[in-house]
Amino acid sequence: MNSKTLMYILKRILLAILTVWVVITVTFFVTRIIPGGPFLSEKAVSPAVTAALEAKYGMDKPVFDQYITYLKDILHLDFGPSLTQRGRDVSDVITDGLAVSAKLGVIAAASAAVVGIVLGSIAALRRNKIIDKIIMVITTAFVSMPSFIMGSLLLTLFAVKLAILPANGTTTSGLILPVVTLALYPAAYITRLTRSSMLDVLGQDYIRTARAKGVAGYRIIFGHALKNSLIPVLTYLGPMLAYIVTGSLVVEKIFAVPGIGRDFVNSITNRDYPLVMGTTIVLATLIVVMNLITDILYKVVDPRINLE
Amino acid sequence: MDKKKFPSLHIKMDDFIPATEAEKEYMVQMRPSSTFFQDGVKRLLKNKVATVCFFIIVIIALMSIFLPMFWPYAYDAQLGIQPGKPVDPSYNNLAPFEYGATEQKLIEAGESVFPHIFGTDSAGRDYFIRVIYGARVSLAVGFFASIIVLVIGMAVGSIAGYCGGKVDLIIMRIVDIIYSLPDMLMIILLATVLKEALSPVLEGTVLEKLGTNMISLFIVFGLLYWVSMARLIRGQILSLREQEYVLAARATGARGKWVITKHLIPNCISVIIISTALQIPSAIFTESYLSFLGLGVNAPMPSLGSLASDALNGINSYPYRLVFPAIVISLIVLSLNLFGDGLRDAFDPKLNN
Repeated sequence: MNSKTLMYILKRILLAILTVWVVITVTFFVTRIIPGGPFLSEKAVSPAVTAALEAKYGMDKPVFDQYITYLKDILHLDFGPSLTQRGRDVSDVITDGLAVSAKLGVIAAASAAVVGIVLGSIAALRRNKIIDKIIMVITTAFVSMPSFIMGSLLLTLFAVKLAILPANGTTTSGLILPVVTLALYPAAYITRLTRSSMLDVLGQDYIRTARAKGVAGYRIIFGHALKNSLIPVLTYLGPMLAYIVTGSLVVEKIFAVPGIGRDFVNSITNRDYPLVMGTTIVLATLIVVMNLITDILYKVVDPRINLE
Repeated sequence: MDKKKFPSLHIKMDDFIPATEAEKEYMVQMRPSSTFFQDGVKRLLKNKVATVCFFIIVIIALMSIFLPMFWPYAYDAQLGIQPGKPVDPSYNNLAPFEYGATEQKLIEAGESVFPHIFGTDSAGRDYFIRVIYGARVSLAVGFFASIIVLVIGMAVGSIAGYCGGKVDLIIMRIVDIIYSLPDMLMIILLATVLKEALSPVLEGTVLEKLGTNMISLFIVFGLLYWVSMARLIRGQILSLREQEYVLAARATGARGKWVITKHLIPNCISVIIISTALQIPSAIFTESYLSFLGLGVNAPMPSLGSLASDALNGINSYPYRLVFPAIVISLIVLSLNLFGDGLRDAFDPKLNN
């Protein structure tokens, strides 16, 4: 790693920190726009309670002071109490939900990667054959289908019509449908990505050299072609996580998975602003960090990549 | 004239003899030379997939614009509710090609009643026209959101690219930050809050009819989605502004605004059109996603996303209510994507890698 790479990584980390700060600041000021402040909820709260809450959170202080306190609280992972789930802190709700959602997301991401890379390689190696065409048609269809439509259709087919899988995502077997729903789009995307980069690599001179030397076909594929064609797939890691996070919002709503996504969606409809803010900040930080790791990994794995 | 010296100033008179008929024939232009646009259209028409997709989009768009005008049912009319009569529940939840109680009587009396092709929803509204109207809303949102993105992105991108230096640096840092924001989360947050904040502001104005959700959707698009367009256009302008014709324009005294609008933008117009075309499906995607979460268009106005979301409640009994909007939205997004790809291949071979 030379100094240029280090400079790039440093710059990239700075940008990530700045981004997280912007997210936090936006969430803070956005809550000030809501008429009545963040403590306004559907159920009428008595003026005494509102005043007590305002005093507790220093709402009577100048905005700048409030902002500083808010930043400090967030650094201590304190997002305040939830307005709808009485007696629970937002951070507790998030921790509980994140455990479930992380399981869902990791399984979905892993299966999407495996399926995508295998199918993409098959399509590239059998280019323009019937199997390649079938794979491309199916992936094109999946890429154009919103996750909530896909989820609803799977739910109708497997849980309602055939009744072979549970519609409720609380049990282990109930996680199958949500995982499939979440994984279909990334799997289709990775398939297309792997196919095109594999085709690119197969046209390179070093593959021809290997072939001319008499290297066996499977060793060319596994030793030379596959490794090099996975580099573009690596860049998709960050966007894939972002997709899975936003996708899990609707998927958890459809299948009633008790994850962070369902909490987030419910908090929107229940106007539980502290929960909305807390979840936004946590998920946004997750995505930003993942994008950061992806960018750095990309640079480390392939030093040929020119950074501007 | 016989003796030819090399640097002769004499004019060879033979060169000025009128051309013979045969020679004239040789010079005749067989057909007018085709313009850049004609070339592109020709390439586009050769691409069968893109052409079919274009016709699908046109058909859906025309249907969504004109069908509601002369369809016998309105998208928000609850057919079971007639003024001065008790609510007739027989109109609710009709299956496709079924009729309500009063309609059934009319049919028995020998009159023809326009069928409910997709049945009706739980409030007794004709579902077919709701799907068609939902397609109209989704297409309109996609189109206008892309226009907003285009205008803002083009203005900022061309200024950054043309001015360069500090202006470029500052603008591009802002773009970098917005670009790395997780867009969907920010959209949900802003849409949630704007929905609350805007309703008192908009009360009584023309915009109220459009609905606060729709307005906040456009605001969010305007705030967040212009960055990739701005990046793209800046990159184009950066390479174009080093061209000789820009230098020539500057030398003759052209100002920045003139150079940008008359020279730079027209020269990257194909890139702009292509990325705008590809922006539309992603905007439709976002709108349907937000509608599904309950942050999209206001009821009773339907969009394809909110129709799908409503259909989830009755999925056990009426699965077709989910299937219709699902098919339409997938068809729209798929055709727009494939058509956009075709446009890119036809009009900008450079972009196609």
